Amino acid sequence: MDKIWLVFQREYLVRVRKKSFIVMTILGPLLMALVMIVPIWLATMSDDTKVVQVLDESGYLKGKFTSTEELKFINVPGPVETAKAAYLESEDAALLYIPKLNLDKPQGIQLFSQKSTSLAMKSNLEKRVREELEEVKFANSGIDQRVLEKIKTPVSIRTVNLSADGEKSSDVEVTTGVGFIGAFLIYLFIFIYGAQIMRGVIEEKTSRILEVMVSSVKPFQLMAGKILGIAAVGLTQFVLWIVLTSAIGGGVSARFDLKRFSDAQINQTMQGMGNEREVQQAQEIHEVVSAAQNLNLPLLIGSFLFYFLGGYLLYGALFGAVGAAVDSETDSQQFMLPITVPLILSFIVAQTIIVKNPNGPVAFWMSMVPFTSPVVMMLRMPFGVPTWELLLSMFFLIAGFIGTIWVAARIYRVGILMYGKKVNYRELSKWLFYKG
Amino acid sequence: MQPILQIQGVSKLYEAHQALNKVSFEVPKGSIFGLLGPNGAGKTSLIRIITQITAPDEGRVLFEGQPLQPHHVQQIGYLPEERGLYKKMKVGEQLVYLARLRGLEKGDATQRIKVWADRLDLKPWLNKNVEDLSKGMQQKVQFIATVLHEPKLLILDEPFSGFDPVNANIIRDEILKLRDQGCTVIFSTHRMESVEQMCDYIVLINNSEKVMEGSVREVKSRYRSHTYHVEGTGKLLIMSPDFKVLTQAQQGDQFQAEVQLEPQIGPNQLLRYLTDRVEVHGFQEKIPSIHDIFIKTVTQK
Repeated sequence: MDKIWLVFQREYLVRVRKKSFIVMTILGPLLMALVMIVPIWLATMSDDTKVVQVLDESGYLKGKFTSTEELKFINVPGPVETAKAAYLESEDAALLYIPKLNLDKPQGIQLFSQKSTSLAMKSNLEKRVREELEEVKFANSGIDQRVLEKIKTPVSIRTVNLSADGEKSSDVEVTTGVGFIGAFLIYLFIFIYGAQIMRGVIEEKTSRILEVMVSSVKPFQLMAGKILGIAAVGLTQFVLWIVLTSAIGGGVSARFDLKRFSDAQINQTMQGMGNEREVQQAQEIHEVVSAAQNLNLPLLIGSFLFYFLGGYLLYGALFGAVGAAVDSETDSQQFMLPITVPLILSFIVAQTIIVKNPNGPVAFWMSMVPFTSPVVMMLRMPFGVPTWELLLSMFFLIAGFIGTIWVAARIYRVGILMYGKKVNYRELSKWLFYKG
Repeated sequence: MQPILQIQGVSKLYEAHQALNKVSFEVPKGSIFGLLGPNGAGKTSLIRIITQITAPDEGRVLFEGQPLQPHHVQQIGYLPEERGLYKKMKVGEQLVYLARLRGLEKGDATQRIKVWADRLDLKPWLNKNVEDLSKGMQQKVQFIATVLHEPKLLILDEPFSGFDPVNANIIRDEILKLRDQGCTVIFSTHRMESVEQMCDYIVLINNSEKVMEGSVREVKSRYRSHTYHVEGTGKLLIMSPDFKVLTQAQQGDQFQAEVQLEPQIGPNQLLRYLTDRVEVHGFQEKIPSIHDIFIKTVTQK
């Protein structure tokens, strides 16, 4: 145990003091913040105003187009051939040609442009023309526009989980989101730090330190110390990321007071204000916030940590064994494949099948098999998993990582002292049964 | 005195390959013990059993009369032939780490590292990364790591490889000093001249079996062939059933010859026989070197 602790310390300190660790720890949250902020920032930057020439031969749309920041409309005289020729001389974005129209079946509207038009512009123009034409038709059939506005009814369904304990509002988007983030973190962590274990073992092998080491440390102690040390490095990095990200996030959300969306506030707002749209928006945000609050956070965080560590130990041991079996990273491919396939598979299936049906048979079985359960179970957790399923899955995961550690320790023990020999699966299986 | 190490009928089998076959010998306390043998003879397998990296299939190993136990690891220092260090670690830290793995306290380790670094001129390097050191320097660091916990038994596998002659001498003197302080050294090498210089006892392993053992003097005398090298002036013509001339060379009136005596004949008889006939300038018994004995034993089988 002492020796595992010593190995653990070394693995941890050497990695944490590396420049790359410090750089990644600081850059990580900044990158994450950039990923979130840049698109918003870009979206707020308005593009240049584009000028669209309009040639309206139908007469329905004359002067109906109002210019906005993005699009500016100018009317041009016909006929269409001269308009086209004039457009080619100009530097405007497009020429919208509206011929004489049959209101029931408007056809022949064309958009000419020198460069290809964006999809956004096309649908924007389509929408405007449609709305204008509809208005004309309403007027023709004697329906008042104001009556129509009143008829429009915004509807949004509030989902509520009903159980003996009472009602809790839930939000499918929030639950999926929380589950997905958990599953993704586990997936990422296993890959990044599992590969680090493998690289660490290969490095020890190529630097020929192992023979010096094993005369004073049991191979199992060496492997255990390494796996745990690297796990601690990963956890440290995550904790630092969370602290730094929430520091950045805190700065942002200080401007964005969540109390505004509490129940009482909303009722007040609803009474006080007539503006339906604002009320509805507030209502939606309230739902997200309260659904997030209603998740069983202690259970979620607890099982996240469990699956996080369990999955890491299960795969980490195997990565370590691969490192011990090969001489260089290039040789590791053939052994990496069977390890990575269940992990990638569980992530892909999680994104598709399990999100659609979080309590179906595929979800059930994949959350029982230890190789897929860390990712799959995390995704299912926020939707509520029966306690017996959770406990059974945890039991299998524990049994699973004890099993892989047993296998890995045996491969490791033989592999670390084996140099310059290409091994195959048959060879590996023999190693499992070598005597001490 | 009780031997520090007793190897009793040790066998080891790797799948179809017999690495060791009922090998037995004893290592006397305070000696330098040469473990010799050609490549693949089973030396490394035996060393790995003594250091408890692997266990024997048969037989047992006693350390100071007790069967090997995990705690004995702290009294053994092992310098493997395939050796290395963590490249990205500081020399000093690495030595502390290795020492603590062998049961030393951090404070003690730091103290002893200072002493050894002074002795081997490593002091300016303690704060450098291992990868910045020359190969010879790294070998010194490894040597210090092996002896830092003051083991009773040192196992050195090719300790001089990678050293220039000056540093090899420094290391050799350190090994002899350790022996004088009571440490027992098992010494595995292919460099027979260092065996001859340093070893008190040797054991020779070939094809997984022990083929020879004993003190260096004893082994050498066992391989004496009663052959004498003679040189002098005159024309050497030996016509006697007591002596057999193995080689003979004549240059003008100078001669050189190697003469083997029949078992019951003493060297003085040959000398007397020669002084009657020629003028003797040199007369010396041809004692086989360990090198010759090694080659003879190994190729013979």
